[in-house]
Amino acid sequence: MKKNILGIFLLLVAIFVITAIINPKFLNAYNMQNLVKWSSLYAVMSLGVAFVIITGGIDLSIGSVVGLVAVVLSICLKLEGMDPWIAIGLALGLSLAIGFLHGILITKAKVQPFVVTLCGLLVYRSAGRWLTDNQSIGPMPLQEDPGFANIEQIQGLDFLFSGKIALGSFNLPTPALFLLVLSVAAAVFLRRTIWGRYLFALGNNEEGTRYSGIDTDRMKIIAYALCSLFAGIAGILFAFELDSVQPAQTGEFYELYAIAAAVLGGCSLRGGEGTVLGVVIAAAVIRLIYNSINMVGISTHLEFGILGLVILLGVMGDEILKKAVARKQAALRS
Amino acid sequence: MGAGSSPYLEVKELRKSFPGVLALKGVSLSLAKGEVLALIGENGAGKSTLMKILAGVQPADEGVFRVNGEEVSFRCVNDAMDKGIALIHQELNLCGNLDLAANVFLGRESARGGLIDEPTMRKEARKYLDLVGLDLPVETIAGSIPIGKQQLVEIAKALSSDARVLIMDEPTSSLSQKETETLFGVVKDLREKGISVIYISHRLGEVIELADRVTVFRDGENAGELTGDEINHQNMVKLMVGRELSEFYERKVHEPGPAVLKVDQVCTSAFPGSPLSLEVKSGEIVGIAGLVGAGRTELLQTIFGVAPAISGILEINGKALTIDSPMTAIEAGIALAPEDRKQHGLVLPMTVRENCSLSSLKRDAARGWLNEKAEEKVTDTAVESMKIKTPDNEQITRFLSGGNQQKIVLGKWLAMKPNLLMLDEPTRGIDVGAKREIYKLIEKLASEGMAILFVSSEMEEVLGMSDRAYVMHEGKIAGELSRGQLSEEAIMNLATGNLQPI
Repeated sequence: MKKNILGIFLLLVAIFVITAIINPKFLNAYNMQNLVKWSSLYAVMSLGVAFVIITGGIDLSIGSVVGLVAVVLSICLKLEGMDPWIAIGLALGLSLAIGFLHGILITKAKVQPFVVTLCGLLVYRSAGRWLTDNQSIGPMPLQEDPGFANIEQIQGLDFLFSGKIALGSFNLPTPALFLLVLSVAAAVFLRRTIWGRYLFALGNNEEGTRYSGIDTDRMKIIAYALCSLFAGIAGILFAFELDSVQPAQTGEFYELYAIAAAVLGGCSLRGGEGTVLGVVIAAAVIRLIYNSINMVGISTHLEFGILGLVILLGVMGDEILKKAVARKQAALRS
Repeated sequence: MGAGSSPYLEVKELRKSFPGVLALKGVSLSLAKGEVLALIGENGAGKSTLMKILAGVQPADEGVFRVNGEEVSFRCVNDAMDKGIALIHQELNLCGNLDLAANVFLGRESARGGLIDEPTMRKEARKYLDLVGLDLPVETIAGSIPIGKQQLVEIAKALSSDARVLIMDEPTSSLSQKETETLFGVVKDLREKGISVIYISHRLGEVIELADRVTVFRDGENAGELTGDEINHQNMVKLMVGRELSEFYERKVHEPGPAVLKVDQVCTSAFPGSPLSLEVKSGEIVGIAGLVGAGRTELLQTIFGVAPAISGILEINGKALTIDSPMTAIEAGIALAPEDRKQHGLVLPMTVRENCSLSSLKRDAARGWLNEKAEEKVTDTAVESMKIKTPDNEQITRFLSGGNQQKIVLGKWLAMKPNLLMLDEPTRGIDVGAKREIYKLIEKLASEGMAILFVSSEMEEVLGMSDRAYVMHEGKIAGELSRGQLSEEAIMNLATGNLQPI
């Protein structure tokens, strides 16, 4: 497990150092702040999907949940003039309900996770477009909007979700604080509670876990609910970050980045494996690669290609490492 | 083997180890042309390991292996097939969606310019199907014919690759009486044609009928060899077990207490038309015997809530309960050490500690927080009382031997202090030493008042361990036998559906 994280951490450091050498501008405060902010936003979604991947499942709907939550939140704040905290609660409740529904469909109706969440991807995206008539919208009300009455509170939320806290010359983006809290909570949940243990156990062997008297269905539902909740939190952060939410585009493909980060960070799609730190670092690696491509001056048309190759090689390297460790262990034992 | 003929196949001092277990400790075996050699031994004796080596599935660590006088070492199944050795697997490997001809020549299709030459292939297939006495059209879809005929197709397939040695691993385990007779006819026929057969079976009656010679393995070593008139039941059992039955199973019969489990007219989902009734008392060891597929595992799974009962009443300690999941079963004080240890008993990639504590985590947790001290304690207790051989509590269970894995399953349940412990094939794939320890443990638990219900396909185990036994046949309880009535004949009689007393 420790070696897993070491590999991805060294990758992060390597790309970081190389980029800094080629283009010293990479290190300037503004770029670093952006990098931290985007890494944090991605990492929140990646942590969510990690819960599901640990159980051996998958969630393809994350990007659409991000988009829908951002849209619904914007409507509530701007057009409905809803009390901002209630609007936030509604957004979180919506995402939780979506995840709960996924869990029920997967465990009780026995539909495959891939299918359930693929359909979710389509449905939530289209719901967001329908609600807004496909017009872009943001959470900040203008003077003529009903929500303008709450403008001070909403500005407060804007600072909370997309503000910056000065630490000397470095302005720490607040999403990083959210990530810190969520990743500590996720790590504690996975490693210090019986439910975390159950998730790993059922990801490794669902039947065996059920035979041990564990309600595996309930645990899976919890995993999907947490995944969508994290996507919902990311949706709120994105809404304030972007100011203008595009119902058709906001969050598009984010599930793939989240899954990529989880896998690169040591989660196995077979289930039963994964660490919070690994996933967070991997999310940072993905954002870092984007940033580096710009900084080093590689054609942005190559973005996806480079990203794909790095993930592929990273996961392959991880497998090779794991096999070598297993062989060594087996040799030691015999 | 005649004195003059040199063996066609010969192995000497073959050794093979797997992580955590020495499977073969130097075994020898020889096979003459046209000979039927039976290889017998208890589960875990090393028969299957040796067969896999002979068939090129896995290599040996050390030892001599000769075919036709030439030293060989196979790296893959194709190497073995080139030397004329074919393994007929316990589980058949036909492609159910393809026809017989396609199955016989799978991977060796007659082709012309990349296109399959169906007419030639079918003509050739016909030849080999005739050889095993199978009169079905070659266009028959393999999945549509009964398992006994599929087995014959497997043999035809082996013969078509010019096999000189056929290795058959428990070929009759899922065959009907009639299919078995057909198979025997084919085997005897092949012997006449000079083809050698290594026949692995637990069914000693079959061995007596077929074998020219018997080699017995015990615990990864040669335990002895029998030829001609020596091949009888008593001699084989003696060599397999290595000691008299009575000293292997140290049973003290206790006065049983009140009924712990009462099953009243319960129907399992597997056999909805067969209501089952039975009872297990405190301090009692009750066996369930029967052939594979008789519904024994389904009965235990129903009591454990894996596949809830569809009707009838389950009583635990005199209280009727609805058990609809393993959770409710465990709450009622029921534990099950399942037949499929790797799939159902353990989470193999997790550690000894994580497995031992999996069921008791919740009980020992305060508001969901893992109680690491309790976890260590549960594990230490299990490792000590079960004598689990592991370097430490953090060992991944996958790397432990079958016996130690089973002890972990038992240790996990004992931490829950169940009233009723059910065991499904408790010693399958476990070496003799660990087996004995598990028997001792079961005996000890019963003497402390636990009710024990176990399913076993090993006759000796049922005879040796049970205070009382039920025999199942095709989903029904065919009969109940007290310790005094227990005999191999009585069990087989009921298990095969013969309800007349003998």
